[in-house]
Amino acid sequence: MEWSWQRIPAEYLVTGVKLARGGKIAARKGYLHVKKGRVEALGVGKPTAEGLPVLEADGLILAPGFIDTHVHFREPGEEEKETVATGSRAAAAGGFTTVVTMPNTDPTIDNPGLVRYVIDRGNEAGLCRVLPAGAVSIGRQGQGLAELGAMVEAGARAFTDDGSPIENGKLMAAALKYGNLLGVPIMSHAEDRSIVGSGCMHGGYWSTRLGLTGMARAGEDAAVFRDIELARASGGHLHVCHVSTRGAVDIIRRAKADGINVTAEATPHHFSLDHSRCRDYSPRFKMNPPLRETDDVAAVADGLADGTIDCIATDHAPHTATEKELQFDQAPFGVIGLETAFAVGVTYLVEEGRLDLGQLIACFSERPARVLGLPLGSLEDGAEADFVLLDPSGEWTVDATTLHGRSENSCFLGDRLRGRVMATFMRGRLTWRATEPSLT
Amino acid sequence: MSLQRKDVLGLEDMSAEEILLVLDIASRFRAVFDRPVRSVPIMRGRTVVNFFHEPSTRTRISFELAEKRLSADIVNFSVATSSFSKGETLRDTAENLAAMKIDMLVVRHGSSGAAQYLSRVLACPVINAGDGCHEHPTQGLLDIMTMHQRLGDMRGKKVTIIGDIAHSRVARSNIWGLNKLGAEVTVCGPPTMVPGNIARMGVTVEYDLKKAVAQADVLNVLRIQLERGAGGDFPSNREYHRMYGITEDVVRGLKPEAFVMHPGPMNRNVEISSEVADGPRQVILDQVANGVAVRMALIYLLSGGDPGALASGEAA
Ligand SMILES: [Zn+2]
Repeated sequence: MEWSWQRIPAEYLVTGVKLARGGKIAARKGYLHVKKGRVEALGVGKPTAEGLPVLEADGLILAPGFIDTHVHFREPGEEEKETVATGSRAAAAGGFTTVVTMPNTDPTIDNPGLVRYVIDRGNEAGLCRVLPAGAVSIGRQGQGLAELGAMVEAGARAFTDDGSPIENGKLMAAALKYGNLLGVPIMSHAEDRSIVGSGCMHGGYWSTRLGLTGMARAGEDAAVFRDIELARASGGHLHVCHVSTRGAVDIIRRAKADGINVTAEATPHHFSLDHSRCRDYSPRFKMNPPLRETDDVAAVADGLADGTIDCIATDHAPHTATEKELQFDQAPFGVIGLETAFAVGVTYLVEEGRLDLGQLIACFSERPARVLGLPLGSLEDGAEADFVLLDPSGEWTVDATTLHGRSENSCFLGDRLRGRVMATFMRGRLTWRATEPSLT
Repeated sequence: MSLQRKDVLGLEDMSAEEILLVLDIASRFRAVFDRPVRSVPIMRGRTVVNFFHEPSTRTRISFELAEKRLSADIVNFSVATSSFSKGETLRDTAENLAAMKIDMLVVRHGSSGAAQYLSRVLACPVINAGDGCHEHPTQGLLDIMTMHQRLGDMRGKKVTIIGDIAHSRVARSNIWGLNKLGAEVTVCGPPTMVPGNIARMGVTVEYDLKKAVAQADVLNVLRIQLERGAGGDFPSNREYHRMYGITEDVVRGLKPEAFVMHPGPMNRNVEISSEVADGPRQVILDQVANGVAVRMALIYLLSGGDPGALASGEAA
């Protein structure tokens, strides 16, 4: 890729690229024509427009900007872990141009003022679209319903008590009805804590061997089943967060066949790693839901391949080094994921033959756009020019210095992965590029 | 042969040769217990820290006794009596201990994996005195020593461990160690306390007590934490005793030479009846004595003690 520009012009061409759209990658090289932050034209072959500045990105894949339905940017309240600005930087470095932030901050995002606060922080950073999810219940206490209508007006795009499940079934039913009325999904952290108990890793052979308290996968299956029946009854849009069990994948598959309004996401760590990773008691592998059995890992990958699971979401959950140096049973749940998501997808799904590259890219773009009802993720003519340049065969090693967020609690530290994000553009503006010197 | 390792964190990663070496040295220490001169000065001028982040009387006293007999300088930290409070991270603790330039650490901690973590951070040998529900290698070694003294070569011997296997570090250390020596291990208890997947560790899972003990050469009866009853793992002490308690009736069904072990302290008439606890089949006090000997052997070997020198009479 030749970078001769000092800054990105208002109108330009990106040429020599293979366009990824509609789950497919064009066999022939083509171009993208950007004008005033929007897609003017795109296609295979030579561009029709002449005399424009050209970015020759020879051989790279040009894909719609990635959309992550599930990130924790920790602001307000836990800025030592991440802020909207540092999280946005990590998002851009991972190829993401849109993220949905979770409301489990301190204070909880449960009113329109705080929804606007997060949007403002996102606009200030200017590196990706920050779309807040509001809390379903006041203070995420699982008691009274928050003012979802007012939050939608302020810009909230989804609702969830993520971080905790909604234990009260009646509250969940009410949320789905309001979500239906307002046209937004209710995102469920599906976990029946009366089954799961107080474990710190998946309940199976490894928890037994390591002497750590296990979390039974039946707790996720049961909670997903409950929420789906509530969605069936209400007609509301249920979005199941971070699906990690074979049982949950099967239940969602049947629900979709029944025509229930349900979508689902899965994280990179759940389609790549199993519970044996906890063998050295490293809290880098501690998250909720936990790393599961090998058959669960395969089921999640199959779910992405057949569309049962709509999209890949990172559940990017930063924690400080101090917290992650506690003993495994004491350390907080959560791992970061924005900057490794694409590479983990290439390494564990594409190279393993479970998905082709076009499908993988769709899991990061048009499929999550459909979940959220956004006019993004497919680079239509006239759409805002959010796009990413990818080198699917580029290898790199994940280490702390290659990460751009505030925390380093990645499952993949030290791993050699394939698949690099070379540059990210939002509304036609460069938000990140892999190679120095950086453009202004 | 000597022990070529820095730490003893569990029996999972010890070889049969290493285990037999420890048992051999321990039995030599055990043999001199009754003589007037009891101390071996290998640890003279060296400091051992006993860091007990979880209450323990028996194991701590056993370690202290072992350390005294090897002439070590002993420093005790326990949760109740020191500034090592619950709020302090293990990393802080480790840095403090490292700065003190101690010669050996004995650690008991409520979190599985804690000993492993400290061993990575500290340059000195670390002996795990029990980490969470993970391992309790010195208990495992003293149990195996007690079996070995009576049964000789453990290959093909049948050991049945009874109780709350899921939460027992003693069970895990027994399982790893006994498997290394070729014994056949069966675990038994209520299904709430014996996960079926433990079979992958190389044991037979049997929920029926009568079947589990019928062919056994030795029963290792674990202490039940009574508070687990309230948590739903068993309905009542009486019900536990009725279904899994080792009673005269159970003992009558054993092979004639089979014997009964218990790591202590016992809940009489819960996991073991008073008649059995005080009866001719139990070897509990022998376990206690072997505990001191095994801990002496480990400290001796980890401090570079020469097994050959011990054989030539230094210990006497
Ligand atoms: Zn969650």
